[in-house]
Amino acid sequence: MAATAEQITDLPVLTEAHRESAPHPVNGYKRFEIGSFRFERDEYFARIQCPTVTHVMDVENFMRSMIRDVAWGFFYGWVNFDEVFGTVNNYDSVDVFMGAYNQAYKDSGTDFTERFEPGVLQACFKGLMLDWTNAGFNPFAAPLETGSGRGPKNGSNDEAVNFQRELADRFVSLPGDTPIRSDENGRPVNRQFADVDQSEPEVHAEAGFEGQLAAFNLFKYLSRSPVTWNPSIVSIVRSSAYCPTSEEHILPVDHGNDRVEWFIQMSDEITWRVADKDSAAPMSVVTMKAGDVACMPADIRHRGFSPKRSMLLVWENLTPGLEKRYASGELPPVPATF
Amino acid sequence: MSVTTVFGSIDKFEKGGVEITGNEEARDYLFSNMYEVAGNAQPWERIVIAKNLENTVEVIRAEGDSPWYICSHDETALLMQGSMEVRFIQPADSGLAPPEENEGSVKLTGEPEGEVMGHVKATRGHLVLLPAGAAYQFRAGELSVILLQTLLGDESIEKWAEICQH
Ligand SMILES: [Fe+2]
Repeated sequence: MAATAEQITDLPVLTEAHRESAPHPVNGYKRFEIGSFRFERDEYFARIQCPTVTHVMDVENFMRSMIRDVAWGFFYGWVNFDEVFGTVNNYDSVDVFMGAYNQAYKDSGTDFTERFEPGVLQACFKGLMLDWTNAGFNPFAAPLETGSGRGPKNGSNDEAVNFQRELADRFVSLPGDTPIRSDENGRPVNRQFADVDQSEPEVHAEAGFEGQLAAFNLFKYLSRSPVTWNPSIVSIVRSSAYCPTSEEHILPVDHGNDRVEWFIQMSDEITWRVADKDSAAPMSVVTMKAGDVACMPADIRHRGFSPKRSMLLVWENLTPGLEKRYASGELPPVPATF
Repeated sequence: MSVTTVFGSIDKFEKGGVEITGNEEARDYLFSNMYEVAGNAQPWERIVIAKNLENTVEVIRAEGDSPWYICSHDETALLMQGSMEVRFIQPADSGLAPPEENEGSVKLTGEPEGEVMGHVKATRGHLVLLPAGAAYQFRAGELSVILLQTLLGDESIEKWAEICQH
């Protein structure tokens, strides 16, 4: 029944749309089902069932995880909601798993994985988020900036659930590319970055070269991010993408890398808990202060803790197919040795 | 409650680090601090502090006027300390730009002949596009730190053993 790691390479891709129940007569929330997975919530918890096992999570934490999975289009590699449940992006399909990357579940045979066409899974998760998110709760916001997601169904917050991250094609502020953030376009300075300098660079282009030179204040840009743990893209140099983000409280997922990524801490401080990607065994604690730079190897999962809202430059390699070159062992998990 | 956002500088930075709890080594994280690296660097050296296959992020200790450079692809410069001006020239000699397949920037011998494209004045936190094919020069009136988003090239210096925790 349970797909083992060896079997996971050739799972069928399920394309059938998800099912939604009528609202629960008492708490008001719908139940969502896709493939053999069933998702229910009550006032405190999300309950996930698959043929082998039941899993429960704090419902706010579950929604903070799922909104990132939805907004990132399943991101790179593994999005572990916790040490048991999560998704793997294969790019042409997405795996939903229970315990498949947890040594105890694997040893007991209670791990379970199903593979879905990305569109049908996205529709299920998005529909769930729209139904389960109450008015006053923003799953993208830091806990001190939002109300509670607990309790019986109480309105909705579609605007928060539908938030779109900004992805520059080449460089923020170039003509036709994503704009800088300002009060005018609905991006006020966040309370935790009230002291960040708001000056813009002076760009003096000579006649005939207008639109070819560009510069903007990245720290101002980040000080005006309305969300946490949700990278934007500000510059792309061939396959090199700067994906800065503002971070506060806890990254709601353990991101399992399918390639090397790098962190450049631009302000304040984040502590990362790093664990083995396959077994969830703890590997290290990485504390990064302003100016610190560290790679996250291709074989780990990591979760960040940011006590004050901080500015993190996540640096990615967008080369298509890179995940296969790491998975096959062609590329080593660590990008440089000495 | 007033907030203080903490940034670093060559004169004032704190460094975190890697604590191992499993079966691996701190060196696997290639952990360094850009201000420490810049503090120990010669002006305008480009020291690789992050590398992902051919892509790099390089730290530059910026002081005075840099040489002129040109590159066949875009690069970006993020000012992490200080202030600078970046000057741009479109070279009259199109042969000055390296061929498309060349990665990383090339150092030029002196200011190239050509049309002045303009300049950018930047302070801390500003990200500047260095467009493909434009010759550029940095001018830093004070001790400054630049992060360069580029590709590994002739000017890139790798010295991981010197800069990384191990
Ligand atoms: Fe990550």
